[in-house]
Amino acid sequence: MAEKILMKGNEALAEAAIMAGCRHYFGYPITPQTEVAAYMSRRMPKIGGCFLQAESEIAAINMVIGAAAAGKRAMTSSSSPGISLKSEGISYMAGCDLPALIVNVQRGGPGLGGIQPSQSDYFQATRGGGHGDYHLLVLAPSSVQEMADLVFKGFDLAEKYRMPCMLLADGTMGQMMEPVELTERTGDPAPKPWALTGTEGKRRPNIINSLALEPAELEKWNEERFQRYDIVREKEQMSESYRMEDAEICVVAFGIAARVAQNAIDAAREKGIKAGMIRPITLWPFPEKALKAAAEQCKSFISVELNMGQMIEDVRLAIECKRPVSLCCRTGGMIPSPDEVLAAIERAAEGGK
Amino acid sequence: MSIVFEKPRALTDAPLHYCPGCTHGIIHRLVAEALDSLDITGRTIGVASVGCSVFAYNYFNCDMVQAAHGRAPAVATGVKRADPSKIVFTYQGDGDLASIGTAETVHSAARGENITIIFVNNAIYGMTGGQMAPTSLPGQVTQTSPYGRDVNTVGYPVRICELLATLDGTGYVERVAVNNVKNVRNAKKAIEKAFRNQVEGKGFSLIEVISTCPTNWGKTPQDALKWVETDMIPYYPLGVYKDKFSEEAAK
Repeated sequence: MAEKILMKGNEALAEAAIMAGCRHYFGYPITPQTEVAAYMSRRMPKIGGCFLQAESEIAAINMVIGAAAAGKRAMTSSSSPGISLKSEGISYMAGCDLPALIVNVQRGGPGLGGIQPSQSDYFQATRGGGHGDYHLLVLAPSSVQEMADLVFKGFDLAEKYRMPCMLLADGTMGQMMEPVELTERTGDPAPKPWALTGTEGKRRPNIINSLALEPAELEKWNEERFQRYDIVREKEQMSESYRMEDAEICVVAFGIAARVAQNAIDAAREKGIKAGMIRPITLWPFPEKALKAAAEQCKSFISVELNMGQMIEDVRLAIECKRPVSLCCRTGGMIPSPDEVLAAIERAAEGGK
Repeated sequence: MSIVFEKPRALTDAPLHYCPGCTHGIIHRLVAEALDSLDITGRTIGVASVGCSVFAYNYFNCDMVQAAHGRAPAVATGVKRADPSKIVFTYQGDGDLASIGTAETVHSAARGENITIIFVNNAIYGMTGGQMAPTSLPGQVTQTSPYGRDVNTVGYPVRICELLATLDGTGYVERVAVNNVKNVRNAKKAIEKAFRNQVEGKGFSLIEVISTCPTNWGKTPQDALKWVETDMIPYYPLGVYKDKFSEEAAK
């Protein structure tokens, strides 16, 4: 077992990416994820990798497209306004079936917003963000350890299903320090017969492209992609249950919100309220199975989020509106306190909203 | 019987979709001839852009990736950094390279990326039906400058070779044309040199090729070639604007 070291979330994810075999990082400075770029700029030249500070977020994501098209494990990282700029490239990547890792260390929005932690890019991440019919794999870490672990998972899933994967963190996850265990992993990169490696005169050219002017052809491409998405929905839902065995009130929270909610649940239990939590780890695919099962047991749900209520829509959809769902949220970079979440649990226990 | 002319091996058999009189076909052939002559097709990766030449991925007999509008130099940067032993080129029009992709163009040059850019300037947006381009001439009538390009309201054309020549990272920039045999021969030499620079690991090369768009210019193919001579070339003079590599070699 590797020893635990104290690391910032942003640095843990950067080191994990290197351990996962990523040798191509392209980025552009933006708070609160700049440590990722700074870390990569120190490490990549020492290990024969490529760190490149692009002229814009748009250029950075297109450099990722180039390196991914050439068959490499490539990544970029940014924060909310930067992800909006990358959305064009992310759509192209989805349309070209290219795997890569995109990290969003979210900050408050809309617009330039603020630089404090937020989860207000939930819709953007889980609905695709750019134009067209597509999804991203979306992973939501709630500890520094998971910032690292989900990087490995993200690259593997992206390559397995040939889709871009977004690690949806927030300013707290990026900035806080926790002990983390980084274990060397050989990984199992999927074969890439589609990659642009040069024909060497031995095969027909590989073409990476998202253009199909013939509508029937484009429809077929999209349908094939959604068949793959169906497999992802079936096989890759990930969530963690906390004190759910006998829970009557189910809190749903991810990332830093889940850390706060956990304290509130413990406090509620001390007051005799049977509260528990389902923490989505994959936001897309959303852990519908776990929530649907919880709807059989719990009398109400609370969605705790750092936004004005975005995931709450997926909670309602997952439980098919069978139980009331209330919202406990702060936005703009504010984080709900354990007391605020406890109060929401108490209101739900009393049957109110 | 001796063979005097052959289709380059670096072109596929796909029939080109370009309009009659458009010079994209000639430029495709010159690029393919350069790949043949340097024997690099098997290790070349091309980047198609958005515009009339978007289907270039069907015409070149090498691995190809299609980039978003203006982003080809960034995609090419990613491909090249992924494997510097590959030869990477972009093929872009004027709207793509000199308007929406200006930042990617300027910064790939400033970085001295070891890539080759083929910049086809026909002073108009062809694929979308003839709108004013960043390189449309003053007074030029287009769909979105129906009274002629008025420099007082929309400003002046962008001269890319002159602009890039000011950057230290730029290696080789030359403007050529393909409106007559002599110019085609010069263009062929320039394009081959731009690829040879990359093979030799020298750095950033861009060849601007003055091209025609008879359809959207509203001219016959013959008149379009004449307009290149009488109007385009005077505004965009042909020649080498920078050749850092030859200057360094001469020192």
